[in-house]
Amino acid sequence: MEPVRSASSWHDLANPHRFRRVAGQALPWLLAAALGFLAAGLGTGLFLAPADYLQGESVRIMYVHVPSAWLALGGYAGLAIAALAARIWRHPLADLAVRAVAPVGAAFAAVCLATGSLWGRPTWGTWWVWDGRLTSMLVLFLLYLGVIALIHAFEDRMRGAKAAGILAILGVVNLPVIKYSVEWWNTLHQPASIRLSGSSIHAEMLQPLLLSATGFALLFAAIVLMRMRALIAEQKRAMRQLRRAALAG
Amino acid sequence: MGGLSLLVRLVRRDLARVAARPGEALLPPAFFLLVAIVFAFALGPEPALLARSAVAVLWVGALLASLLPVAGLFAADAADGTLDQYAVRGIAAETVALARMLAQWLVLGLPLLLALPIAGALLATPPALLLATAPRFAAGTLGLAAVATAAGALMVGARGGGGLAALLAVPLALPVLVFGAGAAGEGEAAGADRLLLAAALLLAALAPLAAGAALRLARG
Repeated sequence: MEPVRSASSWHDLANPHRFRRVAGQALPWLLAAALGFLAAGLGTGLFLAPADYLQGESVRIMYVHVPSAWLALGGYAGLAIAALAARIWRHPLADLAVRAVAPVGAAFAAVCLATGSLWGRPTWGTWWVWDGRLTSMLVLFLLYLGVIALIHAFEDRMRGAKAAGILAILGVVNLPVIKYSVEWWNTLHQPASIRLSGSSIHAEMLQPLLLSATGFALLFAAIVLMRMRALIAEQKRAMRQLRRAALAG
Repeated sequence: MGGLSLLVRLVRRDLARVAARPGEALLPPAFFLLVAIVFAFALGPEPALLARSAVAVLWVGALLASLLPVAGLFAADAADGTLDQYAVRGIAAETVALARMLAQWLVLGLPLLLALPIAGALLATPPALLLATAPRFAAGTLGLAAVATAAGALMVGARGGGGLAALLAVPLALPVLVFGAGAAGEGEAAGADRLLLAAALLLAALAPLAAGAALRLARG
């Protein structure tokens, strides 16, 4: 009978209010760690790391651009996992996670596109090229927008989150096909004249990149936790109002 | 009742409902022709330029036309309790979705195939190219119908109408557009037809599952 205890303490987190409390306790640490890693990664990346021999100083935008790309992709995977968990275990926290992750992932995809565009101007001489990876990120951004729009298309946001979860799962299954079609399309038409992945990345650049990626990932997690806490509080308030209205009526 | 005969009956019911209101069924092909016409107006009347853009315009037109019925695809059945009736009779939501997808394929695909020569003539498309595009349209509209079915089921009870339908459907339909239009690309196209068919079949396999889950969700 004893081993059950350890499992149940993990299970306790499934209670939304307990989750809110534990998340609230973890948040300051998470945020502090995120800011620490970001300061270290961006500090060394922006000021200490060497400039690229081809691209000059503009290469430093990579320390924001590449982590955003990773997190936009990882965020969509997280979205699909949360949606799958919501479908399998029908747990309200998983639906909340879908609602919490979607705008954050979309924001990172938008940052990735914006920094990519800013980076492209000095490197490629244009704000936008239909490069395979840029195009894939654009489609991922559109998938995010669809999920967000579907959540908000319903009066009951939890109902919207469930529908959006189905869309996210459908999207993740289709993602390889979409990605392949974008690459196929890209080779069919004019291939990008300059590729960024010409040489393997130097260690002096890799280190700040990994630090800032860790920082951004922790920031992503912290924002998601904050959003989940806010959504739980919002639900609690709505319930209280309903109860009050029922008592008054 | 066997699964197949049930499916056939559901498809026939869907088709009968469309036949009762032929005006709605004519909307997508009319819209498809409209896209060809506005592109011609925007590009100018030069035949060489029109012919170069023709296949791309035809596929964009097909994609846009397939979006028209999305918002209302399951709305009536959800509102009048038909979906509940199906569920009470033990018909799986996935079967309902599969039937709707097949009916949508016929309702979208056949009129588009009939409109294809007209749109092709408007865009000065070479006959050989138009002839090669027809079977691709047949396969591509299956993929488009699949995406429309999934998006339509997800939108039951949602606000937002056409804009939301486009946002849900377009990213999923991109492979159909890419392989369909790309199959006519100059110099290449080897394998594109098979890729188009594969993308359409994959969507056709996945969409009823997603749509079924969405319909069960809509019933609450």
